[in-house]
Amino acid sequence: MATSLPRDAALAGKTDPGARGLRFVPLLTLLVLIGPVVAGVFGTIAPAFGLFPALTGAAPGMGGFDALFAWPGFSRAVWTSVTTGLVSAALSLAIVIAITAAWQGSPAFRAVERFLSPLLAVPHAAAAFGLAFLIAPSGWIMRIFSPWATGFEQPPDWLVINDPGGLALIAGLVAKETPFLMLMTIAALSQADAARSMVVARGLGYWRGSAWLLVVFPRVYRQIRLPVYVVIAYAMTVVDTATILGPTTPPTLSVQLVRWMNDPDLSLRTVAAAAALIQLWLVLAALALWRMGEMAAARLGCRWAEAGWRGPRLGFLRPGTILLAFVSSGAIFLGLLVLALWSVAGLWSFPDAFPGGVSIRSWARHGPELLSTVIDTVAIAGAASVIAIILVIGCLEAEQRYGLTVTSRGLWLLYLPLLVPQIAFLPGLQTAMLLARTPPHIAAVIGVHVVFVVPYVFLSFGDAFRAWDRRYGVAASALGAGPDAALWRVRLPMLLAPALTALAVGFAVSVGQFLPTLLVGGGRITTLTTEAVALASGGDRRTIAVYALAQTATALLPFALALGLPRLLWANRRGLRHD
Amino acid sequence: MTETSGAKGLAFDGVTIGLRGEVIIDLSTHVPPGEIVSVMGPSGSGKSTLLAAAMGTLAPAFDFEGRIWLDGEDLSGLPPERRRVGILFQDDLLFPHLSIGANLAFGLGRRITGRAARRQAVEAALSEIGLAGFADRDPATLSGGQKTRVALMRTLLAEPRALLLDEPFSSLDADLRSQMRALVFGRVRQAGLPVLLVTHDAEDAAAAEGPILRIGKT
Repeated sequence: MATSLPRDAALAGKTDPGARGLRFVPLLTLLVLIGPVVAGVFGTIAPAFGLFPALTGAAPGMGGFDALFAWPGFSRAVWTSVTTGLVSAALSLAIVIAITAAWQGSPAFRAVERFLSPLLAVPHAAAAFGLAFLIAPSGWIMRIFSPWATGFEQPPDWLVINDPGGLALIAGLVAKETPFLMLMTIAALSQADAARSMVVARGLGYWRGSAWLLVVFPRVYRQIRLPVYVVIAYAMTVVDTATILGPTTPPTLSVQLVRWMNDPDLSLRTVAAAAALIQLWLVLAALALWRMGEMAAARLGCRWAEAGWRGPRLGFLRPGTILLAFVSSGAIFLGLLVLALWSVAGLWSFPDAFPGGVSIRSWARHGPELLSTVIDTVAIAGAASVIAIILVIGCLEAEQRYGLTVTSRGLWLLYLPLLVPQIAFLPGLQTAMLLARTPPHIAAVIGVHVVFVVPYVFLSFGDAFRAWDRRYGVAASALGAGPDAALWRVRLPMLLAPALTALAVGFAVSVGQFLPTLLVGGGRITTLTTEAVALASGGDRRTIAVYALAQTATALLPFALALGLPRLLWANRRGLRHD
Repeated sequence: MTETSGAKGLAFDGVTIGLRGEVIIDLSTHVPPGEIVSVMGPSGSGKSTLLAAAMGTLAPAFDFEGRIWLDGEDLSGLPPERRRVGILFQDDLLFPHLSIGANLAFGLGRRITGRAARRQAVEAALSEIGLAGFADRDPATLSGGQKTRVALMRTLLAEPRALLLDEPFSSLDADLRSQMRALVFGRVRQAGLPVLLVTHDAEDAAAAEGPILRIGKT
């Protein structure tokens, strides 16, 4: 008599009591990701309609919205939020398309890749400060060209930083988002069969750029669509970069919102909550607009392909695209350099190109408080990234052991904390904490960091984990190793390098978090990022430089460890070296 | 239940494997100890699916019916690590993060305890395959034939009750292939193991000197 074989899934649980919990890790991770977002959005909606009179003193109703619309800066703030967000996302994507279409498959492209990767880890705030120190009227660029070329003996009275149109903010966002989209694109290229498709299309007589746009880009874009949406949502609602580079009178809606949140006058929270809902609505509207643009572009592309037009010869633009890569990454590298100069500058008066003297006074003066902030930052980032990678490994292992497949809907859930603007749900979480009379605690800050760290750790580690040759697992179990032994003794050691990289990515993401730390930490728990951004209004360049550099170093050092440690541990194992 | 179920060796008893309603494997056969049964078929005929069923690593999408017996024990319900079924793939799959000695020790049964005793057993196994003194070396530094020998030894050290061979020689070049065939087939006959060899190379099947089963549409 034939009976059907019990599923291996059921077996693993039966024979491996320790692994039974593994089954619930995906659900737990989902709760960790989605719970705070949903709770936060509700916590934001309620006060917006005056539903927490005990807290805000406001009567139920639309009072918050009335006050928000009555704020004279409202329409201007909305306009700059939307335009800076959409323009910076479109520009970043355009730069990525131009570089990739022109150079994919060439050695120059690999150089670009290597050049851009470390930029990803530079925190937004540090990159923004560096850019400000470069392009301000009294910045490094002006100093280098003054007075011999410009004739300026005094910095000109130009509004370059904090300009009302948000151009400086756009520049800062483009410099940081281009590397992100570039690396997502590079990851997508490998799955798009790009090299062979290019050969086929060029063999049919299409010029390089047209071939790329027509046959590679559609497949690549499908894979980077969610990251592009993340960039749009982020750029429209960013607080730290906008505080440093963005307009001031009025600021962007998100910056003004944080001011209302932090105002001792609790009744302003109703206005802040209303603004957060408007912000959420704006992001949804912008994404819908973008989606329509996508569809229009797709139609045009199909018409182009059907028309059989081999495209314009744009080869002469190729060198220009390298310049684009150079300018956008140079802005960050030179920015870090000028930060380093300011942090050790003695007297440095305009228009000298370099400081008159070098001293460690700034570092010495801020040393003790800096050290304690570094310790807090590292503790939070270390805990958040370790929790995140445990959850991620649990999810990936459960996915494989129980044959769960991740649908595209699952991927949306993973991206949810990145798509819903932080500013739309973090105020709600803060309100909830106030209502529960929970004093700000480092554990709460770590918890909310995990929400934002998990998606990046998952994206960073998932491909490597899934690409692992499963026959190693079969070989291990044929030798008597159970699923746990195969995981701990074979799979994870073999994946040490990508696992450490994912850990470093998570660490850097946590170090760079501004709003979660500020709102959930209630101003009592500070990290290098909150301290650095708080210094923005003071304008003390030396102090800013010290904090921004410390922030960058804290985010970058784990990457050095992630690169170096596997080389050290597996120095004698050629089979694990892939460079 | 057929008369093969209680016998020594590896028995497939009315095994059918389906995928989305289509039957891809339908097999009843008995592999006695010391015999090598070759399974031949074109690619995509379900050869690796059959091995996955014997290993216990069949993906949930497959519908499995029937029984697989090993020395009179019903394998269904046993996870792969309890079946004591060894497998050799086309690639050596030596764990790249472990030294050659550690790879062998990974397979070595837990009956041998104590660091010194295990180390000694590994050294003995290495000299048996002509690689004495290689214990601390990186597996990536071995030649193709040496890797195959280590992989075979690692499998045998786990004391399997049956062995599956998944085109184990197809990545080797011609003269090395016949050498390795002789080595592997000699060792498994000496160990008295029932062996299922999956291959598309007729020479492999001929050298196995056992029954040949053809599966899949030809």
